Amino acid sequence: MILDSKIPEGPLVEKWKNHIAHGKLVNPANKRKYEIIIVGSGLAGASAAATLGELGYNVKCFSFHDSPRRAHSIAAQGGINAAKNYQNDGDSVYRLFYDTIKGGDYRSREANVYRLAEVSENIIDQCAAQGVPFAREYGGTLSNRSFGGAQVSRTFYARGQTGQQLLLGAYSSLSRQIGLGTVEMFCNQEMLELVIVDGEAKGIITRNVNTGEVQRHSAHAVVLGTGGYGNVFNLSTYARNSNATAAWRAYRKGATFANPCYTQIHPTCIPVSGDYQSKLTLMSESLRNDGRIWAPKKVGDKRQPNEIPEDERDYYLERKYPSFGNLAPRDISSRAAKEACDEGRGVGETGLGVYLDFSDAIERLGEDTIRERYGNLFDIYKEITNESAYETPMRIYPAVHYTMGGLWVDYNLMSNLPGLFVMGEANFSDHGANRLGASALMQGLADGYFVLPYTIPHYLADVPRDPAPSIDLPEFLEAENEVKERTNKLLTNNGTQSVKSFHKRLGEIMWDHCGMSRTKEGLEKAIELIPQLRAEFWKDVRVPGEGKELNQALEQAGRVIDFMELGELMCRDALAREESCGGHFRSEHQHPDGEARRDDEKFAHVAAWEFKGESEMPERHVEPLIYEETKFTTRSYK
Amino acid sequence: MNVKLRVWRQKNNDTEGSFADYEAKDLNPNMSFLEMLDVVNEDLTNSGGDPIAFAHDCREGICGTCSCMIDGKAHGPETGVATCQTYMRSFKDGDTITVEPFKAAAFPIIKDLVSDRQAFDKIQQAGGFISVRTGAAPDANAIPIGKDVADLAMDAASCIGCGACVAACKNSSAMLFVAAKAGQLNLLPQGQPEKDSRVLNMVASMDEAGFGNCTNQYECSAACPKLISEEFISKLNRDYMVASVKTLFKAKAL
Amino acid sequence: MNILHVLFKTSIGKKVVMAVTGLILVGFVIGHLVGNLQIFLPPDKINAYAHFLQGLGGALWIVRLVLLVTLVLHVYVSIQLVLENRAARGGEFYADQKTLKASYASRTMKYSGPIVFFFILYHLLHFTVRADFAGAVVPETTLADGTHVHDIHSMMVLAFQNIWVSLAYIVSIGLLSLHLSHGFSSLFQSIGLRTRAWSDFLSKVAVVVSILYFLGNVAIPVGVLSGAVKVQNPDVKLAPTCAAGCEICPLATALAANQSEN
Repeated sequence: MILDSKIPEGPLVEKWKNHIAHGKLVNPANKRKYEIIIVGSGLAGASAAATLGELGYNVKCFSFHDSPRRAHSIAAQGGINAAKNYQNDGDSVYRLFYDTIKGGDYRSREANVYRLAEVSENIIDQCAAQGVPFAREYGGTLSNRSFGGAQVSRTFYARGQTGQQLLLGAYSSLSRQIGLGTVEMFCNQEMLELVIVDGEAKGIITRNVNTGEVQRHSAHAVVLGTGGYGNVFNLSTYARNSNATAAWRAYRKGATFANPCYTQIHPTCIPVSGDYQSKLTLMSESLRNDGRIWAPKKVGDKRQPNEIPEDERDYYLERKYPSFGNLAPRDISSRAAKEACDEGRGVGETGLGVYLDFSDAIERLGEDTIRERYGNLFDIYKEITNESAYETPMRIYPAVHYTMGGLWVDYNLMSNLPGLFVMGEANFSDHGANRLGASALMQGLADGYFVLPYTIPHYLADVPRDPAPSIDLPEFLEAENEVKERTNKLLTNNGTQSVKSFHKRLGEIMWDHCGMSRTKEGLEKAIELIPQLRAEFWKDVRVPGEGKELNQALEQAGRVIDFMELGELMCRDALAREESCGGHFRSEHQHPDGEARRDDEKFAHVAAWEFKGESEMPERHVEPLIYEETKFTTRSYK
Repeated sequence: MNVKLRVWRQKNNDTEGSFADYEAKDLNPNMSFLEMLDVVNEDLTNSGGDPIAFAHDCREGICGTCSCMIDGKAHGPETGVATCQTYMRSFKDGDTITVEPFKAAAFPIIKDLVSDRQAFDKIQQAGGFISVRTGAAPDANAIPIGKDVADLAMDAASCIGCGACVAACKNSSAMLFVAAKAGQLNLLPQGQPEKDSRVLNMVASMDEAGFGNCTNQYECSAACPKLISEEFISKLNRDYMVASVKTLFKAKAL
Repeated sequence: MNILHVLFKTSIGKKVVMAVTGLILVGFVIGHLVGNLQIFLPPDKINAYAHFLQGLGGALWIVRLVLLVTLVLHVYVSIQLVLENRAARGGEFYADQKTLKASYASRTMKYSGPIVFFFILYHLLHFTVRADFAGAVVPETTLADGTHVHDIHSMMVLAFQNIWVSLAYIVSIGLLSLHLSHGFSSLFQSIGLRTRAWSDFLSKVAVVVSILYFLGNVAIPVGVLSGAVKVQNPDVKLAPTCAAGCEICPLATALAANQSEN
């Protein structure tokens, strides 16, 4: 299989403009003849549905939530990047592009990233016009904050709820289109299968989670905006219901899955407090501006933090990375915390945590200043842990936060399956091996508002203007039967172990062997363990309840099956990628000082995996990454 | 710690519901309320029972999915938090905790503790937006918005759409929700052109959905996990009457 | 859009009707109280005031009509609201719903309202109808300028000398005051004039106004019962149809009581 990225010709800065100027179009009168299915209603899904509906296409948007507004984009806190240069601090499209390429550890496509930086400005304009209440200066202009990986202030924000506000903005546009009748919204509908007709994506099979009804839906094109797959790890900062099923079903129908091993692990999350834990909560990275991270020097030191004298504390980030200190990038800080805990120097009941200590800052700046800067975060911390970070250091530990990998797409966001488009976190395209803070919101909205609406006509223009395929075609019936059979099998399995217990065990395998640092042995072990777990699942899982009503265990069971398969693919990808880059760290590939060692000769490429059958090895395809504009450099934060 | 639970079980909106008693044992006070329900559900699953359906997703208080009436208070005993941010340390060892879904005629029960809040979406579709074509927006700094206005709009915009306002209201009124959504847009300069039609349409949709009337008791605001002020309801009332009167006298284009 | 539709068919419109009619009624009851407090002045004052009001003729009827329509609207819309609210609840109530912020007054509006309404009916029959249509039983007197008028002063004193009548008034006025303590601040919310900037102040004003209103009204029966206010018309005597010691109607009993004292 040849993965043609279809990057337009011409110099980098001209590519997108040329592509728009010379691309195919669908005549306004013909747009309504095309039906488009959009799965997901997060930033990417909602913005795309609203925009395509507004353009005149017949859009059907699906979400398993009870409302499009519940998508997990809503939980993003920090902000959204845009190269507006409102701060007059030297920002530009090129600089945002460059920072993103470098932040992605040279594993993303130049042309895609440049386009992302270009449209970033339009996103802010669009959102402001929708009434998104961005933070403002007293004079009424937009305010910015700085974020990791950049030397300019380009992050727009709405308190600590930027994702919420942007999603509600997109949701309001979507609501308007639903009201106008250009978009038909299907809530409580989970996509469980993709339908391929003559080699092209032409429909989906959904299950109404409230009634159990399985439905067939057809269209001229299918767009997935279904988010990332971090819940493979069970414990993550993802919402409990975030899942990879839509993407995974597409993979099983022939769409290739690119770079599944790239996972972002955020260093400052509240540690797991017990076996019952369902979810990890992020504490903003900004805390590291004033907090000092340390672990006890002594192994197994169980004293209270305040009883540990200064000379028995190891401020390991300051020690290892004197120039960046506590502000070392996410991947590096996360790994350092894990090392300290692996050495037995972790703190808290579980030993999986390090301290983030504000006592110096409080002494230096006063408690009031700290309260003013981080009060809301300290409140969240107190709410969850019942500890006051003003009095005792916070305990933090890294947690899975984002997945850079996803379904492979070309420059037009179309997967290798014609008619199947993928946006936002669900695709792989823009963040390379590591995503910078405040870039996820940017990408989701860029894809939905400003990229897909321009690129989808390239495909549709060649699709006959006939009605969408009949849902009575054998392909639809077959796909529907697959769904029904799978559901039935789960409900009648009558085993003894809960779905949740399997998810937990999968998460443990993944975290231990495919987490922050990976080894050949560990990955091989995981590749051995996961199929065993899967076999055990099918043998012994117990899914209570019925199929004709709301059955959350059943929903979860379907998702966990897919997580198990995807987890294995992640391990295979991690095993094959014999280098360390961004969110993928192989212990074998590090510099003597413990820093990641990239191998640009052998691995400056996208690895896209093709499904070959249930018991077959998936095939690894390669799309080389060609850097015309930027030069490979090694990231150093010493 | 151990607690006893009285949980509302209802197969669907067409059947009668009733309370069922469960025991949750060996709980860690640092567990969230939903994690406690997870544990109860695991036990139910392992013992061949039917797990309790409850709505949840992000578990960090922002998606607005979770919606339990805990001991007669929407989202539980604490103030300004959603159900998912309620922790077991808010209860005492040995407590009996009553858990019910959010109830209202406009929120039919789907199952157990899950109710259907799609009426909110309908209200949004009637007018909870600013009509702007994608790509047609002026530069974001072209329209300055004073910080005080932006901050006030943000207060309204922090609504998570959970429906606690409706659940807590003795009249099942959705005024706080509508007031927050319309208020945010009506405060901003971008929202001015559609200000009148927005309130008229959203209120009409709210009435049509069968929500009750506001009796100015402000239970909604007290139960709101984001503590959105009832001041926005006052603003909605004002905007609505101004819009109604203006519509009477305004000259209309042919 | 039809304004009548807005006012009577939409949730906010109905609240505005409640607020505006409520405001009119609040204005009326306060004015009424001020008028009644003249009972503490020499009888001629209140008798002249009553005579003045009765002499307004058509204007009085217009005012009465306005008040009647206001009251009817207030009651009619409130019944609508209560029924709608009940329907909105869907018949489902929680096992034990907590009250977080709602005042006692606000929670009892639908009980204090109807009781006050029946009190108003009783009150109208008791005084207004009697003074207007059954003049025969109301004592008469002559003002300083020689005008022959109804002796409203004596009528009130005689009425309140009955402890049961006084108690009924005190309880009803108490409920009305409670009703006002929510209604007075609530109406500002309904017409969109209550903001965070002054909502606390407004709530306090409402409570103070209600307490003053209550005290002012209670002062009248208390004044009468304590003997501070007495019938001062020497001509007051039993109405021809009444017999001393008759307990069928309160007025007659009071007349009898008053006479025996004199």
